[in-house]
Amino acid sequence: MKPAPFDYRAPASVEEALPLLGPESTVLAGGQSLVPLLNLRLARPELVVDLGGIAELDYIRADAGPLRIGAMTRQATLERSELVRRRWPLLHKAIRFVGHFQIRSRGTVGGSVAHADPAAELPVALTALGARFHLRSARGARVLGASDFFLGALYTAREDDELLVEIEVPEQPDGAGSGFAEHARTHGDFATAGAAAAIASGGGAGIALLGAGPAPARAEAAERALAAGAEPGEAAALAARDVEDDHRRALCTELARRAIEEALA
Amino acid sequence: MRIAIEINGRTYVDEVEPRTLLSDFIRHGAGLTGTKVGCEQGVCGACTVQLDGAPVRSCLTLAVQANGRALTTVEGLATDGALHPLQRAFHEAHALQCGFCTPGFLMSMEAFLREHPAAGEDELREALAGNLCRCTGYLGIVEAVEKAAREMREARDA
Repeated sequence: MKPAPFDYRAPASVEEALPLLGPESTVLAGGQSLVPLLNLRLARPELVVDLGGIAELDYIRADAGPLRIGAMTRQATLERSELVRRRWPLLHKAIRFVGHFQIRSRGTVGGSVAHADPAAELPVALTALGARFHLRSARGARVLGASDFFLGALYTAREDDELLVEIEVPEQPDGAGSGFAEHARTHGDFATAGAAAAIASGGGAGIALLGAGPAPARAEAAERALAAGAEPGEAAALAARDVEDDHRRALCTELARRAIEEALA
Repeated sequence: MRIAIEINGRTYVDEVEPRTLLSDFIRHGAGLTGTKVGCEQGVCGACTVQLDGAPVRSCLTLAVQANGRALTTVEGLATDGALHPLQRAFHEAHALQCGFCTPGFLMSMEAFLREHPAAGEDELREALAGNLCRCTGYLGIVEAVEKAAREMREARDA
């Protein structure tokens, strides 16, 4: 028995969950990041609120345009989704780099986003795709874009009493291409650096880097350069130009080039 | 908290603290010691079991999260005393020495082959990346999984 003692609640709905959230509670989604922290006693919450019984947060749909992913959707479900593979292929490419398949059977999309590990793939892919993050609390609801949501390493704009309930990904233009590349010492290990690119045939691009800073960063200069006709190599150099460490900058540049070329292929 | 978990077809009912890991419940609560506990942070894969058929790290799951659900552990792999094709192939290809990692490999690969029966060597190697072995080396393990996959395909097509 590794974790320190905690109280445990498993609400059956979002309505039941919201009043339980606060500074002394921790949300348990798939547990693939939280339980290691509990086992190492790096996290010692008084109350663990398990979202596992909230069926209303487990969905993938795209009826009227944008893709809507319920926060408790398992990563394995996203990986197997034909809809996602066909219309948001960047997410399908990125998810295969998340942990190992045994981790993805429990890990959730919302958990990965809310945990905001700087080495996590989904936040970077979602940033490149211009995703919006839906939060709810007993006080109300709000929706944030990636740059307002991801604030630093393991740090988001989510308040203690808020719950991430949905990730909304805008529709991608017809003929858009995508690419995802990362470097890790072994497959499935935490990534050192990576890049995600979604590029429309008209040149409109979304590019985001992993490992360039404490949070996923949109590479706007590179996106503008690509739209103006720059070569992948030039755009990649622009994307990573502000990365301070030489090794990391070299990695980010090369991985951005690969992601852009894959998206244009 | 009182929980009931079905393991290999038999239901185990017990009183547990919420912090009890599923891996500890399996070993100490249910007395099924085939499941091994290694790193307890999700890296080594030794504790892998199947929760409603999906391969999961039992050290990264709380026992209370498995309440009312069905588990399969390595003890549930053989049928009527006959080894599963994966178990037989591990034996024949010398895919283990100390055997500590083996239950995790078996439970991972049984689930993987069910979904990807025709996986090639590259896919198998990628799938094996989530389990660590510190003594045998992986060549025998890759060979065993390929052999089992082949036999399972042949048995299915026969």
